[in-house]
Amino acid sequence: MNLFTPISWNDAGFILTGVLNTVYISVIAIFFGTILGLVLGFARAEGNKIVNMCLGGVLDILKSVPLIIQLILFSTFIGAMGYPLEPFVAGSIILSLYTMAFMVEVFRSGFDNVPAATKKAARSLGMSYWQTVRHISIPIGMRSVLPSWIGVGLSVIKDSALVSVIGYMELLRTAEQLISRSQQAVMILVGVGLFYFLISYPLSLYGKYIERKMTR
Amino acid sequence: MIEIKGVHKSFGDLEVLKGIDLDVKKGEVVSIIGASGSGKSTLLYCINAIEAINGGKILVDGVDVHDKNTDKNQLRQNLGMVFQQWNSFPHLTVLENAALAPQVVKGFSKEKAEEIATKELTHVGLGDKLHEYPTKMSGGQQQRLAIARALAMDPPYMLFDEVTSALDPELVGEVLDTLRLLRDDGMTMICVTHEIAFAKEVSDKVAFFHKGLIEEMGTPQQVLENPQKERTKQFLSKVL
Repeated sequence: MNLFTPISWNDAGFILTGVLNTVYISVIAIFFGTILGLVLGFARAEGNKIVNMCLGGVLDILKSVPLIIQLILFSTFIGAMGYPLEPFVAGSIILSLYTMAFMVEVFRSGFDNVPAATKKAARSLGMSYWQTVRHISIPIGMRSVLPSWIGVGLSVIKDSALVSVIGYMELLRTAEQLISRSQQAVMILVGVGLFYFLISYPLSLYGKYIERKMTR
Repeated sequence: MIEIKGVHKSFGDLEVLKGIDLDVKKGEVVSIIGASGSGKSTLLYCINAIEAINGGKILVDGVDVHDKNTDKNQLRQNLGMVFQQWNSFPHLTVLENAALAPQVVKGFSKEKAEEIATKELTHVGLGDKLHEYPTKMSGGQQQRLAIARALAMDPPYMLFDEVTSALDPELVGEVLDTLRLLRDDGMTMICVTHEIAFAKEVSDKVAFFHKGLIEEMGTPQQVLENPQKERTKQFLSKVL
């Protein structure tokens, strides 16, 4: 009996599940990371020293501890507390928080880019603080962050591969299983790498295009 | 009427306004002149409640500007302000720049706000630029946009803070022409300015600021042509 079976078209469905799961968890992390990052980035830009010190500390931890360690610690800890989570849920939470930590700085620099004088001009027209945020700070601040937002998004797509360590069936993990069955590591990993490249490269080109358009 | 009574203002240890008294009646044009750092611009910011005051009182149509119960956003609708830097909203077209506040603050429909904005922009000579972005325009055009943007809120008073100081010399004329237009419309204006000839031409009253106090005040003829105080004479001899 042959111990290994080479990959075939029958595996396409299995790989596709991995592809979709990678896209799925990345979209979730980018979505929540963006919303939380926007709110906390605003708090950092407008907040006082104390707000910034507290936020900065938490964010520094999220940014400095390697994602793979955060994933393992979190899912182990939650499991030990008696509330084991689906790998997908635990992965989504940690990946979203990790994304958030970087998005905060992206949005903060966006808000910092809005000149105080422009906000003052809006207030002098009778606009309230929140009207100024809504109609001046957000639209002006967000225009300049798109390229770095895309940059963070891209690294999240790639970092999502690490969620495989807690058992989530994303692209890398499906690939690993196929490798252990077929022993065709090189071919499969090249395929997986190519997939990440196909997602990331057009996005990064788009980011560069926007950046060029803005500096003109 | 704007009534300024004994206004004091400090930034930390530095006292910039040391007791300013000044009345501006409806329809009057008052120019404030004086060296940099004499407190001219600070006074405008205090009238508009952008800066708090440390003493005295400012009343606009009887409303105490710095009373903590005064709705500052409501108040600012009556006080159009134009700054040295025009501060255009770069993400909006010329028309949207001027229509934003009427829409957001007054709750007008988009159509109504744009109708008002178009009227004011045409008035200042930007009727052919409605759909351009301000960043593509000259400083003079952007400053006229800032004036139209303030006028679109239909304020009874306008405050001008050295509106020509940041402009290239060849662009100063078009902005001063716009101010003349407003004067002819009967607008009540306070102009902090370095343009002495302009102040002489348009003002009903000129106030010369020196180190946080009004050193001399009167008609342009009194203050600019026949100053009584030594410091006024010195200042005028330097700038004229």
